[in-house]
Amino acid sequence: MKSLQMFGLALGAAMALSTAAYAQDIPVAVAGPMTGGESAFGRQMKNGADLAVADINAAGGVLGKKLSLQVGDDVCDPKQARSVAEKLSGNKVPFVAGHFCSSSSIPASEVYAESNVLQITPASTNPLFTERKLWNVLRVCGRDDQQGLVAADYIKKNYTGKNVAILNDKTTYGKGLADETKKALNAAGFTEKLFESYNKGDKDFNAIVSRLKSENIDLVYVGGYHQESGLIVRQMRAQGLKAVLMAGDALNDKEFATITGADAEGTLFTFGPDPRNKPTAKAVVEKFKAKGIDPEGYTLYTYATMQVWSQAVAKVGSTDPKKVVEAIKAGEWDTVIGKLGFDAKGDIKAIDYVVYKWDAKGNYAEITKQGS
Amino acid sequence: MAYFSQQLINGLVLGSIYGLIAIGYTMVYGIVGMINFAHGDIFMIGGFVALITFLILVSIGLTFVPVILLLVLLVAMAMTALYGWSVERIAYRPLRHSFRLAPMLSAIGMSFALTNFAQVAQGARVKPVPPIVTGGYSLFERDGFVVQLSNIQIIVVITTLVLLALFTWLVSRTRLGRDMRACEQDQTMAALLGVDVDRTISMTFVIGAALAAVAGMMYLLYYGLVDFFMGFVAGIKAFTAAVLGGIGSLPGAMLGGLSIGLIETMWSAYFSVEYKDVAAFSILIVVLIFLPTGLLGRPEVEKV
Repeated sequence: MKSLQMFGLALGAAMALSTAAYAQDIPVAVAGPMTGGESAFGRQMKNGADLAVADINAAGGVLGKKLSLQVGDDVCDPKQARSVAEKLSGNKVPFVAGHFCSSSSIPASEVYAESNVLQITPASTNPLFTERKLWNVLRVCGRDDQQGLVAADYIKKNYTGKNVAILNDKTTYGKGLADETKKALNAAGFTEKLFESYNKGDKDFNAIVSRLKSENIDLVYVGGYHQESGLIVRQMRAQGLKAVLMAGDALNDKEFATITGADAEGTLFTFGPDPRNKPTAKAVVEKFKAKGIDPEGYTLYTYATMQVWSQAVAKVGSTDPKKVVEAIKAGEWDTVIGKLGFDAKGDIKAIDYVVYKWDAKGNYAEITKQGS
Repeated sequence: MAYFSQQLINGLVLGSIYGLIAIGYTMVYGIVGMINFAHGDIFMIGGFVALITFLILVSIGLTFVPVILLLVLLVAMAMTALYGWSVERIAYRPLRHSFRLAPMLSAIGMSFALTNFAQVAQGARVKPVPPIVTGGYSLFERDGFVVQLSNIQIIVVITTLVLLALFTWLVSRTRLGRDMRACEQDQTMAALLGVDVDRTISMTFVIGAALAAVAGMMYLLYYGLVDFFMGFVAGIKAFTAAVLGGIGSLPGAMLGGLSIGLIETMWSAYFSVEYKDVAAFSILIVVLIFLPTGLLGRPEVEKV
């Protein structure tokens, strides 16, 4: 009998503790491909979110409460993204930083819109994400139509009179980006020699590479992710094809160079001006470096989404997503990636893409000045 | 012509890898009459073992590539064979006299178990290796198109041919091969005549897994990466190859593998890359309509 009493007491205490913890914390979430082929980017996002939440909590939290971070893994799969979105909505999360793949962010945003959740993507660049007049979506990165323009501009300047091929991986992101680049190129009076698609997850690109070789391609533009791009580069070099590969923001992870080895040299991609070099990011970059993390790619963008949201919540005095969205769109926010303002659709106002180049040692650096 | 030769090389190499995996499907089907759906994952395990062995050998300072390759090959075959043996022992042998579908369902379960095991044990990320076998030859040039044949492509095709010859010999000329053929025809009768059926079936799985390990290693060398999910697609393609060639027939599996590899490559070369899988599977359907037992398959005799 006594043991039963003790048990009851312990249970009661445990429940009291857990509800207390629940009442104190505001749950927020980061969602992206934590596993699978794109997990390198999921890790970038999680690193960014982890540190942002820790920093916000260290500074006293939001509305006097601490944030607790939940992690959703969508494996860059649209179906998985929906179920992750449903799970997070069920956990009464008012805000999600995510997802990574456009093909995940878009279906997930519909679930969030219905369940009253605010979504800020740090990484999904497909224009459609903010073009569907959903009330709850914002993004802190650029769009593929802008990215395509910058890529097309670079190609036209440096490859006029040469042969260009465009490939895509049939995903929302890859196909969208390839289409935007093609559109921008064609509008500039430049016609590609080959427009083809492959399956995301393919490993054997030898047939395509031989085809590029027979068409004497000088530059191949890929709308796709880093794994396939890396394999294409490797197989091009094995077949003795010297063509340069150019891709979008999905090449901004060091993992690309581990696939290609020294063959990465000369590969180009477009991305925002390196956030790590911004004066606003200096202190946070130091913190990441102290933990042994290189805050590359979308790490700081994810950190920034948390900052925007927490500042807006503090200003509104509530986590009500509808009010927070209004506030975010109305104001300007200081973040690690600079001052951000949003338009009515939810895109950031000032965006510029620059061209980066990989070297043989597995590093990348900007090669064009901003806005060019 | 130069372009065609290059695509032919591409297709033959891809087909060889499919063929190596397909042999494992076909041998098991021939003897036990079940489709070992976990075979694609055994192939994936082979790739991972090869990767781990390679990294260990490099970290202890071995640099002579032929020795590395040989050691990796042996370790990968041995370890993966152990996996093949265990899978049979755990998941199939207890169900051998159960109803026909039971081992197949068990195989699907085993496939998931192995995939998830690799995901948990090795992480979900892609594991790349730097190019190990580099270099190659420019065969000839026409109209500015240079036909390249890389060393690794030569290794893949030669290894496949040697292994195919070795196992054809093993099945047709050795004691073990005779036991295997006996079990294929009638397990009860073979047992009555002194053939150790359990051992023979175990050996079949061991050999199939060892071949899958070779395929896994070739895959690692050729494409430079492995991931926990690669067994699924490769397994489906190889299974298709086995069916196309006539399931149960060793040369058929190889022929099926080469056909699938060539169809995919040639379709990508002259039509669209997008529809290469559609092309491969359409041809499979057409072949099966006119030759229900596949290219080299024998019609199944209903045992009374």
